[in-house]
Amino acid sequence: MITVFVPCDAAALSMGADDVATAIASEAKKRKANVRIVRNGSRGMLYLEPLVEVETPKGRVAYGPVAAKDVVSLFDAGFLEGKSHKLGHGLTEEIPYFKNQERLTFARCGITDPFSLEDYRKYGGYDGLAKALAMKPIDIINEVTTSGLRGRGGAGFPTGIKWKTVHDLASNQKYVACNADEGDSGTFADRMLMEGDPFCLIEGMTIAAVAGGATKGYIYVRSEYPHSVHNLRKAIEIAREANWLGDNIQGSGYSFDLFVRMGAGAYICGEETSMLESIEGKRGLVRYKPPIPAIEGLFGKPTIINNVMSFAAVPIILAKGGEFYKNYGVGRSRGTLAFQLAGNIKRGGLVEKAFGVTTRQLIEDWGGGTHSGRPARAVQVGGPLGAYLPESKFDVPMDYEEFVKIDAMVGHGGLVVFDDTVDMAQQARFAMEFCAIESCGKCTPCRIGSTRGVEVIDKIIADIDREKNVALLEDLCVTMTDGSLCALGGLTPLPVRSALHEFPDDFHKPAPNKFLADAAE
Amino acid sequence: MAKNVTRSPKGPRKQEVKASTPAQVAALSICARHGNKPDELLEIFHEMQHELGYVPEDTLPVIATALNRSRAEIYGVLTFYHEFHRHPVGKHIVKICRAEACQSMGTEELCRHAEARLNIPLGGTTADGTVTIEQVFCLGNCALSPAVMVGEKLYGRVDPERFDEIIAGLEKEAAE
Ligand SMILES: Cc1cc2nc3c(=O)[nH]c(=O)nc-3n(C[C@H](O)[C@H](O)[C@H](O)COP(=O)(O)O)c2cc1C
Ligand code: SF4
Ligand code: FES
Repeated sequence: MITVFVPCDAAALSMGADDVATAIASEAKKRKANVRIVRNGSRGMLYLEPLVEVETPKGRVAYGPVAAKDVVSLFDAGFLEGKSHKLGHGLTEEIPYFKNQERLTFARCGITDPFSLEDYRKYGGYDGLAKALAMKPIDIINEVTTSGLRGRGGAGFPTGIKWKTVHDLASNQKYVACNADEGDSGTFADRMLMEGDPFCLIEGMTIAAVAGGATKGYIYVRSEYPHSVHNLRKAIEIAREANWLGDNIQGSGYSFDLFVRMGAGAYICGEETSMLESIEGKRGLVRYKPPIPAIEGLFGKPTIINNVMSFAAVPIILAKGGEFYKNYGVGRSRGTLAFQLAGNIKRGGLVEKAFGVTTRQLIEDWGGGTHSGRPARAVQVGGPLGAYLPESKFDVPMDYEEFVKIDAMVGHGGLVVFDDTVDMAQQARFAMEFCAIESCGKCTPCRIGSTRGVEVIDKIIADIDREKNVALLEDLCVTMTDGSLCALGGLTPLPVRSALHEFPDDFHKPAPNKFLADAAE
Repeated sequence: MAKNVTRSPKGPRKQEVKASTPAQVAALSICARHGNKPDELLEIFHEMQHELGYVPEDTLPVIATALNRSRAEIYGVLTFYHEFHRHPVGKHIVKICRAEACQSMGTEELCRHAEARLNIPLGGTTADGTVTIEQVFCLGNCALSPAVMVGEKLYGRVDPERFDEIIAGLEKEAAE
């Protein structure tokens, strides 16, 4: 029996993975070849998806990107024995893109069948929870604190401190809530993990529950991710049946159950308090803080809220110890981050690497430059609220503090590359437009300011009182930064100002045409 | 937190809820499946949309009564989220990603192409009711942009040509 892997990750499916799996099955049948097809997650080399792998005595051999029409020629070339083919890349683990990573969180993703607990256990799954169940909750928290893990959802707040707050409170009910809203453009790490290794998230949340004293948890997944929702629900069911969730987990005396809630297309519901309102079935309005959610969170009870990547980092921290994890990284940015290469890039995908790698290394060494082959002119790091970096800043190491120094943010680790055809005035305009569409409406600077921002930038583009309007835009940015309750209104000025300051020429072009200038008046 | 200002202090928890239209009947049975729990309102709307294509206005009063919430609250939730439709939409919803990664790969041109091909603006529904096109911000396929989603099916690297193929498929299916 020969095992062939065809990913069931949404990105692989978007490039025809289902058709490829069907074609392989029918071709194998025709040739009476004894083939078992496993639907794995993605290895993260999205530019090669669908990436088909064949298990051989030497290891797994990769072919990609495979289309259904390539299947006959793959069989003809002897791909079931790992023989060469024009789509062949040799051993998967030896592909430089993959080999030069440091995979801790994504160690299993793309290797295992996402729904096989046996696979999961074989590759170290549930080792962390097994240890945690035998530890005192406070010792679990100390281990997480030692690791230096900071929130991977954007703000970078130390995870251990958050957990400790919940641990120290007495309450008849506590919750764990996972932020799987992943609304940022250029990010897909949460999605890949939920689809490719869902037990890892479930295990991380269970460890958090044991540490904090919670018995109930929610995963809030955005509605744009139907595959993640299906996969998580299925994996939760499997974990429950095997008593890795539910009452008296593995006879430990701890109980924890987990539910999936689906969002409904609102970016602001990624903000943690807005997410809580949404899980409660309400409008996603941002809450005033204090009280912080650790103290009064879901349904008014103490709640540990973390991003998918933060929870998913925890199992290995418990399994191998906080010190092990801390040994990766630089400065106060410890461990690894799942960098996501997106946009106009030749080899887009996920690169898990310790902090300290530079934007240039990621774009050039892994990404292979732009997809269009033209020079990269700007990279937006950290989602729609992140700064646009010009080429001169590509060598700054990825580190939370180093990025703050250059008025940028690492955020969720997404990099969106633009080539030299980009018009940065349009990108600045879009940042304001996005804020106007997605504002929860609670504060005036964000709700009204963003709409005014679009108008002002339109005037600048149309060359109407240009100097005055640039000054007005700067002023508006200050008002939004200082007067907004949450980071949507507060950080939208970041992409706007970086575009304005780093790419001033784009704001000083001749007016596109007279008619437009008049219309904007 | 979790204070419920609209619940009448003395009123009985369970009121008699009358459904007179098929949509109201459907709404009530979906609410009942969710134990009439107000915190499952988003799930309830998702299911209604799945069954009826949208959330009809006349179901809001019965949902409000079933969940013991004010109509204003139910209406407020429905209108807050981009995903929910208050009016009938096309048989297929085609979501085109307009966020940054897709922008860098030409999604603005793709949007203009889609509007011209279908002769409707973003947000519009074709005259025969086959397709509604919508803008969304990120489908998590940013490494293979521009991205498009039809129902729950995701597509990567969608250029105008591939877009036309997708639409042709939907139109063919509708004609059969
Ligand atoms: C507008 C806005 C959107 C956000 N979107 C997300 C998101 O999609 N996913 C996420 O994990 N955190 C998001 N955050 C950050 C969360 O509020 C919160 O800091 C995070 O979930 C905490 O988890 P962590 O400590 O593990 O990072 C967002 C914040 C803001 C202000
Ligand atoms: S800044 Fe914007 S999104 Fe945030 S709370 Fe204020 S209005 Fe809502
Ligand atoms: S930006 Fe379009 S799929 Fe993410």
